[in-house]
Amino acid sequence: MTSVRKSNILHFGVLAGLVILFFILPTYHVGVLSRVMVMAIYALGFNLLFGYTGLLSLGHAMFFAAGMYGFGLVIKFGGFPVPAALIVGTMSAAALALVVGLLALRTAGVAFMIVTLMFAQTAYLVVLYFGRYTRGDEGFILQQAERSLFGLDVTTETGRYFTAFTLFAVCFLGLAKLVQTPFGKRLVAIRENEERARMLGYDAGRHKLYALIVSGMVSGLAGASYALLFGYVGATFSSVQYSIFPLLWVLLGGAGTTIGPLIGVLFMFYLIDISSGYTNAYMLVAGVILVLLTVYAPKGIAGFLKTRFFPWLP
Amino acid sequence: MAAMSILETKGLTKIYGGLAANTDIDFTLAKGKVTALIGPNGAGKSTFVGMVSGRTAATRGRVYFEGQDISHLPAHRRIQLGLAYTFQITSVFRGLSVYENIELAAGRTLANKPSLLKEKVRTVLERVGIADRADQIAGELSYGHQRILEIAMGLAQDPKLFILDEPTQGLAETEVDDFIALIRSLAGETTILLIEHNMRVVMATADFITVLDQGMVLAEGTPEEIHKNKAVQAAYLGTTVDA
Repeated sequence: MTSVRKSNILHFGVLAGLVILFFILPTYHVGVLSRVMVMAIYALGFNLLFGYTGLLSLGHAMFFAAGMYGFGLVIKFGGFPVPAALIVGTMSAAALALVVGLLALRTAGVAFMIVTLMFAQTAYLVVLYFGRYTRGDEGFILQQAERSLFGLDVTTETGRYFTAFTLFAVCFLGLAKLVQTPFGKRLVAIRENEERARMLGYDAGRHKLYALIVSGMVSGLAGASYALLFGYVGATFSSVQYSIFPLLWVLLGGAGTTIGPLIGVLFMFYLIDISSGYTNAYMLVAGVILVLLTVYAPKGIAGFLKTRFFPWLP
Repeated sequence: MAAMSILETKGLTKIYGGLAANTDIDFTLAKGKVTALIGPNGAGKSTFVGMVSGRTAATRGRVYFEGQDISHLPAHRRIQLGLAYTFQITSVFRGLSVYENIELAAGRTLANKPSLLKEKVRTVLERVGIADRADQIAGELSYGHQRILEIAMGLAQDPKLFILDEPTQGLAETEVDDFIALIRSLAGETTILLIEHNMRVVMATADFITVLDQGMVLAEGTPEEIHKNKAVQAAYLGTTVDA
């Protein structure tokens, strides 16, 4: 069996598993999974830039927030229908990524981390500054009536789960496909050795810009999806914490692997969920486990499985 | 001669903070031939090919490729015109397989033609004799094989001009023999500009030799002419011309 075949089976298997879980899991865990899938979209977007292109952004919350506010504000003030608002949200993030990319990609390495961090901080302050519209830290609620997707009520457990699932599946399969295209392979080439890629005639700057735009778009779609499914838009989502989360998820799950982002989000969520059931010092437990993982599986869970057992893992 | 040349530089100069690495280099490269660029350490050979390939920005001067002024093109655009460059210090995609390395090199022009691409990668792998290592991770290859992979990545691009910066550095003698045979087999197919310290390789492969010394062209000619040139002997042996 070729590795492409195996990857396809894996990807569709993961999606089939998510469908089955809906029917066998108790309600609480179904709710958790909805949230995990939305955040996994965010992690997928981050992974394209960090895991495949080798660019570490510390400001991805600005793209998540651009999607979330782009979506929320046109619904609240423009009365947009949900599908149009999803497009507005996603495109806002893409436009922001284009502008930030043109400036930030003039730097590399640590400077790129700092510049993206600063841009994200600016975005956070912009959200607070326009508190009249964004309601700042307090945020605003989107009413049930405003959140109907083609007549489907996404506020029910089933509607929410399968909307999250559909959006996740599209991004998951789309990005898995993208990294197999010549474009995707060139991103990996840039990650591995940018100078060599350039001296093979590839325009590294342009490839990185495109990667950032797609990454920002997917992150923005995640933000818009969150607002759609959970009905809340708030400044917390543009804070630095939400720039660090995707990095943690992707590192834990396995950077540069297709299933790493989902594994990372799932692992992190249940790690905190379960440890907080036993002790108040759950952050300590989480911290120790994260340190152990970093020491013994520096390539993340999927990366560990790939090196040890399944070299074909995409 | 002009019709036969593929690359020309005029007054090419590089100054690093007051230190001239290359001064007014006028150079013409004969099409379809192997030209070796030699000179003592620090003569400015790598700086020169760096400016030709676009890796290093020239302080002044012009570079013409097939009659077109490419002085202001970034490196990747020059490569797209048909220039290939192999690094002096091995630079491959260490985390990727040998196959993927060559696929990326050939893929700039062939990525959308999968069957042609596959064939090209196979042909190149066989030509340089590393077909049996196609699935190995490049970073795990021996040094000699990494050098060969680097050359293979140049070949895979079907370059009009192939610049090799000290390709045999660190190779074993038998590997050097293979390299000489490979360069000879390329004669007529493409134009080669070879920076080389190993005089055995130069004498066995070069049609023409250009000698750089202290950032300037010291001598140009056929291997026999260079061999007899007193100024060249002086530069290499460290004596004056009169001595």
